[in-house]
Amino acid sequence: MTRNAQRIGGAAGRSSRSALERLIEMFLVACGLLSVLTTAGVIFVLGEETVAFFSEVSFSQFFFDTQWTPLFTQKHFGIWPLVCGTVLTSLVAMVVAVPLGLLAAIYLSEFAPKNVRNGLKPALEVLAGIPTIVYGYFALVFVTPALQKVIPGLAGFNALGPGIVMGIMIIPLISSLSEDALYAVPQVLREAAWGLGARRVTTVFKVVLPAAASGIGAALILALSRAIGETMIVAIAAGQQPRLTFDPRVSVETMTAYIVQVSMGDTPADTLEYKTLFVVGASLFVMAFAANLVSHRLKKRFAAGG
Amino acid sequence: MKKNHEIWYERGFLLLCGFSVLLPLAILFYFVAQVVMDGFGRLSLQFLLGFPSRFAEQAGVLPGLVGSFYLLLITGLIALPIGVGAAVYLEEYGKRSRLATLIEVNISNLAGVPSVIYGLLGLAVFVRALGMGRSILAGGCTLAFLVLPIVVISTREALRTVPQGFREASAALGATKWQTIRGVVLPEAMPGILTGAILALSRALGETAPLVVVGALTYVTFLPNSLNSPFTALPLQIYNWVSRPQAAFAANAAAGIVVLLILMLAMNMIAVILRGRMQNRR
Repeated sequence: MTRNAQRIGGAAGRSSRSALERLIEMFLVACGLLSVLTTAGVIFVLGEETVAFFSEVSFSQFFFDTQWTPLFTQKHFGIWPLVCGTVLTSLVAMVVAVPLGLLAAIYLSEFAPKNVRNGLKPALEVLAGIPTIVYGYFALVFVTPALQKVIPGLAGFNALGPGIVMGIMIIPLISSLSEDALYAVPQVLREAAWGLGARRVTTVFKVVLPAAASGIGAALILALSRAIGETMIVAIAAGQQPRLTFDPRVSVETMTAYIVQVSMGDTPADTLEYKTLFVVGASLFVMAFAANLVSHRLKKRFAAGG
Repeated sequence: MKKNHEIWYERGFLLLCGFSVLLPLAILFYFVAQVVMDGFGRLSLQFLLGFPSRFAEQAGVLPGLVGSFYLLLITGLIALPIGVGAAVYLEEYGKRSRLATLIEVNISNLAGVPSVIYGLLGLAVFVRALGMGRSILAGGCTLAFLVLPIVVISTREALRTVPQGFREASAALGATKWQTIRGVVLPEAMPGILTGAILALSRALGETAPLVVVGALTYVTFLPNSLNSPFTALPLQIYNWVSRPQAAFAANAAAGIVVLLILMLAMNMIAVILRGRMQNRR
């Protein structure tokens, strides 16, 4: 709002501000505060059940045990197999999405004619709008069987297939946000490089990419956070076997898939199984939140021009 | 000689870049074409109006369709007023106040919370603490909070497109702040707000994980008859069919996916048309 408008608004406010006006403003503030309440609610809910969980299970069991079997009679509560499944599928996704997403961003920002760019960018963003349940079907029914023909010993449920599909899903996140960052690099920098006789590709690698590095970093980490929190693709196609492995050919279980697995069964409240939902949720929240925080910092640094 | 080498290197790189744009699009196109072929045989009036069945050939998606419709209704009724209200506060009232900054940072954080976490929030707050049970109301409330950040962010963008002069003109005519917002700003921003709302609802339509967590059912042979009714939704029925090992059910899943994608496409088309109308007016 311009300074002028504020003065006008202020003047009107002093003279004839009715009770209704104030009531409406209070309602609008309440709407905004409800979002703060949501965050508080998430943290409170996860925290409360996590505390309850740790009153029954010790920290050392949670952090040092190498097995996660809370649904068996022989119960183990080591979180690492689930973390491992999440990290593994996310890594596969990033291996697919980072090169494709970055190259696509470079094409859209540096080489494509403007009308081509304006057509292709939204087209790529369609990829992010497809429901994840649909991607899960793709992973289980198309990708895994196709991969099994090439990779002997690939299990029906594995980390590779859903990881690749997840990678395709997060490409637009990387390409769109990186493209924004590349596009924001001042044109004079490119012109200076060309003036010195640099080729376009050299300019991209030596001038534009370094100038946009923190913006691109923010995009990559945001995509990683999305992959960590992605649920249905891995619940459908990665399996339900928590395993401490980095072999992408075997069945694993991610944190999100565990939450879905337990929710599909009829778990009565106040049981230990019920509490594991929230302790896994809390671990997931911490990981995704940390990634978002780093991404936000990088974005800020980019906006500040570094 | 060296120059020649560099030219080919540059062309190769350019080709690689273009390929990186086209490959994901080609894969998506292939997948969608494949799913349409897999599911086309199952698509019929009986499939749309039927109930799930042990026999894949007789199964239908009606409970899912009706469930998704009610869910979107509840989600929209809750998320739109609150989301638009919060956006109006941030754009028209807050403006750099400390409270507005807090809300703003908070909303951008919420947008990054994994959707399955919203399911846990819904499970603890709506299902248990507020005693809604595993009902369609609890599901709708959960989705409402999930899409709230989207509604707020898109509404703010729509409000920003309203020229400042409109507000000043209205104020100069003696309108109060709220009169200006209600009479000038909101009508002017309405197409943009609606576009965002439709996109938010289309996101809600495809959500599966949070509904699984709040206890939606995946196999339902009745229609929801009240807000407290147990329920299913279209993506959950698809999930149920995907999880079954028999190929016949995979065809059902494919057909369900086709229905889901057509619905989402329709919603997005409406949004695009609305947006086009908004731009034409300028």
